[in-house]
Amino acid sequence: MPDAPQEIRFVAKNMRLDLRLIAEMVAPGARVLDIGCGDGALIEHLIREKGADARGIEIDMAEATEAVAAGLPVIHGDADADLAFYPDGAFDYVVLSRTLQAVEKPREVLRQMLRIGRFAIVSFPNFGHWQLRWKLLTSGRMPDNETWDRPWYETPNIHPCTIRDFFALCAQDGYVVERWLAVDDKGLRSPWKRSPWLANLFGEQGLFLLRRG
Amino acid sequence: MTEALAPFRQLDHQRVLFEDGLALDCGAVVAPLAVAYRTYGRLNAARSNAVLVCHALTGDQYVAEPHPLTGKSGWWEAVVGPGKPIDTERYFVICANVLGGCMGSSGPPEEMTDGDGRGLGRPWGTDFPSVTIRDMVRAQKRLVEHLGIARLLAVVGGSMGGMQVLEWAATYPDMVVAAAPIATASYHSAQNIAFHEVGRAAIHGDPDWQGGRYWEDGRIPAKGLSVARMVAHITYLSEQALGRKFGRRLRGASALTFLEDVFEVESYLRYQGSTFVQRFDANSYLTITRAMDYFDLAAEHGGEVAAAFRGTSTRFLVASFSSDWLFPTEESRALVRALNAAAANVSFVEIATDKGHDAFLLDEPVFHRALGGFLRGAAAKVGV
Repeated sequence: MPDAPQEIRFVAKNMRLDLRLIAEMVAPGARVLDIGCGDGALIEHLIREKGADARGIEIDMAEATEAVAAGLPVIHGDADADLAFYPDGAFDYVVLSRTLQAVEKPREVLRQMLRIGRFAIVSFPNFGHWQLRWKLLTSGRMPDNETWDRPWYETPNIHPCTIRDFFALCAQDGYVVERWLAVDDKGLRSPWKRSPWLANLFGEQGLFLLRRG
Repeated sequence: MTEALAPFRQLDHQRVLFEDGLALDCGAVVAPLAVAYRTYGRLNAARSNAVLVCHALTGDQYVAEPHPLTGKSGWWEAVVGPGKPIDTERYFVICANVLGGCMGSSGPPEEMTDGDGRGLGRPWGTDFPSVTIRDMVRAQKRLVEHLGIARLLAVVGGSMGGMQVLEWAATYPDMVVAAAPIATASYHSAQNIAFHEVGRAAIHGDPDWQGGRYWEDGRIPAKGLSVARMVAHITYLSEQALGRKFGRRLRGASALTFLEDVFEVESYLRYQGSTFVQRFDANSYLTITRAMDYFDLAAEHGGEVAAAFRGTSTRFLVASFSSDWLFPTEESRALVRALNAAAANVSFVEIATDKGHDAFLLDEPVFHRALGGFLRGAAAKVGV
């Protein structure tokens, strides 16, 4: 039981978005749930800097324990199984950073996020990035880079998508994209932010602020 | 164990008497109410650093000091003490013997009283009224108020102690800043009730129990009580732990002789049983196991655990242990989900260990780090 989650964890820690970008989207004093919160760096920042009531869910037991040992309200759990138990509208923001592509049912997870939260903040690595396209086109093999760094048969990232795919899902399920950014691997804003087509080619990761339609 | 044993030595425990008594869930009143307790550390000027520790079925108030009967170290010295997760240099730690216990609080071995609180010159025995976990908590609340404490920084406990923690948070939410129910559940399962019933049947079946009136001739149902302890002890350990500690090893022999072979594990259980009867009262065992069996937080709150905690501002740490089959992780997870449904502030970890239910009492550094961090977080929030 405690060991299994290791495998389904998204591994590209070094690639995670600059938490500052997510924190910028959160209003002071807000109620926040951070899904896949790791050692709780974002919730600690939100509690300290924004006076937020921030809580976390983490699938990796070692990380969840680190967060709890740091006095943070984090539960061991996972997005697929645990969101259903929260009441409607329990949070102002529900954050899912670098985890969407690793959950079993991304569409259901998004639905739950926008049921229990007024806003959802979602970031994910963009599978439409030009380097990945180029590698697939030229080598005919599953592409890899710093973000997609494990072979296809053992990657925890079972639901990769592109920035345009994500726009399409939001339109299909009636979510309003309040804000979106494409960022490079350092978490900095990319200059192609007004064009989904360009962002989908050059953005390493997408960051979205959604609300129910 | 052929010889009848005398009841264990009665001691002068530190305790407080409440002459007006306590009205119980069953309708009876126990008057006066005696609450035996121990404290460790110092209460600060703001009276804001008090941590109440709730003990388990066969525990008592001697948390962090040698036991007065056995001389063994306190049952939670791994967790409570200077520099420990429940740091007695920072917190004022209180632990009370539960109502129905046998270490100085009102319970079967104490003198029976009539409706006006007059002593009747005999112990309560099986005439002691049925108590619930909530009754135990009400008695502890009297003690806490007696000590001049309006709000507890934390209530912490494992197993039956965890049930008390949940009952504290549900019944007196404004008095509890932080609650840590460890290796516990919101109700006692059918399997757990079944194991308890085996223990009770062993006591009832011992001729020395004499329908509960064993105090009349100074004998105790040692055989029955020790069998009850042996059965219970198996449930506190995991199969892996038993295998690791004893395997199939024999006592004093390297191979089976088919004569008087004794497996190490048998010898261990017999020892556990025989030492237990030197410090625990059989009628208390019956009373307290029943209280655990009665426990069902959902039933007390319209069938929904979440209803017990709606609107609470208490912070929770739920912790379970991977090899605990008496209070399995799934029950802790169900509790966490109920707390989430109540929008409570909750932390939850499952500690990987092969030590079974007993792990909460033992040297588990990861658990200790989580508990220590949780308490520091709660203390920081209220400025302790």
